[in-house]
Amino acid sequence: MSGGLFDIPSDLQNSYWGLVGLHLREALVPVAVGLVVALPIAQLCVRLRWLYPPVLWVTTVLYAIPSLAFFVVLIDYTGQTETTVMIPLGVYSLVVFVPAIVDGVRSVPQETLDAATAMGLGPVRRYFQVQLPIAAPAIIAGLRIATVSSISLVSVGMLIGNQGALGNLLHDGQIYNQSRLIWLSVIGTAVLAVVADALLVLVRILVTPWMPRGGRAPRPVDEPEPLTAALEDATR
Amino acid sequence: MNVLHLVNAFFSDGAHWHGYDGIPTRLREHIQYTLIALAIAAAIGLPIGLLTGHTGRGGNALALVATAGRALPSFGLLVLMFTLLGLGLTPVMIPLVVLAVPPILVTTYEAVRSVDPSPVDAARGMGMSESRVLFQVELPVALPLILSGLRSAAIQIVSTATIAAYVSLGGLGRYIVDGLYQLNYEKVVGGATLVAVLALLTLGFFGLVARLTVSPGVRRGN
Repeated sequence: MSGGLFDIPSDLQNSYWGLVGLHLREALVPVAVGLVVALPIAQLCVRLRWLYPPVLWVTTVLYAIPSLAFFVVLIDYTGQTETTVMIPLGVYSLVVFVPAIVDGVRSVPQETLDAATAMGLGPVRRYFQVQLPIAAPAIIAGLRIATVSSISLVSVGMLIGNQGALGNLLHDGQIYNQSRLIWLSVIGTAVLAVVADALLVLVRILVTPWMPRGGRAPRPVDEPEPLTAALEDATR
Repeated sequence: MNVLHLVNAFFSDGAHWHGYDGIPTRLREHIQYTLIALAIAAAIGLPIGLLTGHTGRGGNALALVATAGRALPSFGLLVLMFTLLGLGLTPVMIPLVVLAVPPILVTTYEAVRSVDPSPVDAARGMGMSESRVLFQVELPVALPLILSGLRSAAIQIVSTATIAAYVSLGGLGRYIVDGLYQLNYEKVVGGATLVAVLALLTLGFFGLVARLTVSPGVRRGN
């Protein structure tokens, strides 16, 4: 036994914690971009009802494209870079967010909207102060799925020229015959995913103070139920 | 344009169509892995999902299992199992099943649980036994959602089985992984196209199954 638990081979050109940071960036930037792009698309789908079924169809098809296939086709345009890993992750996040936001915003009761209008709120303020907060649990449910699957998928980037952050340890673990590196990769990625998920649950509790927390409410606190299943359908 | 050209070159090369590394062989292997993993995952997920959904208990435990399953990186698990267990089908089946069980389990549970309680009560009132209530009332109504869970699991297996080529297994991922090592981009893109087409066919297959098995009344209600 020599060296510390977190020592990693120098060909990775990074420390373990550097890889953790890189992993988070490669996973979270696409989720953030996906969310920002999804908001206007979802709003458009809420406004124009006829648009939603075709959009849903396109997103289902996009989501079915395997990540590795997506990565390698992009190599021709963006090379073996981080961008190549981040573009598909951004698309997958977008695909999770659009239905989550549309269902969330649509679930706002008409009386609530009428009340907001009667109080003198314009469409913009009504959207940001009434519709989005009420849709928050649904959006965060989508955010949890997108974040966790994004963190897990970054590792696959290892296959396209060591762009997989913590996933790169998998390759080194094999060529140097060091299973410790593989454990570091798997446990590190899983811990990141669990922590990110827990933080998002915390965020939901903070931004929706009106919802019952803990305990066994007749309708469980967690997520609007059918939505969870619909989102589960969108995980990969 | 460039990519389309490569795809065309890959598929028009006769050498890619037969032999040990031919498209039919690799496709068969890929479908075989997918079916085995899906069957195991369904054998675990469906009964537990149906039972917990019917009784309405254990939702929190299921959510925990689903979160844990999702948090485990499938690619990492694949490499880990390969180094621990060596060459063979088992180290590949473990991550594929771990990946596929949560969507099947959670959607089945939610699907059965969210069935409108009034027909269920009516069925009980008519003297149906619990198993008949489950299989003749709840299951048909829950079927579309259950199928969507199976579909999602199948698509995830198809895409992850691709990565299995990295740990020496066959399947369509062979073309992508070998092509990357050989710097043969034509092979890479050809393999990627095949995997994407297989995933889309899976999507279509489940659409068809849903059309054939879901009762017209339930379909209209949605």
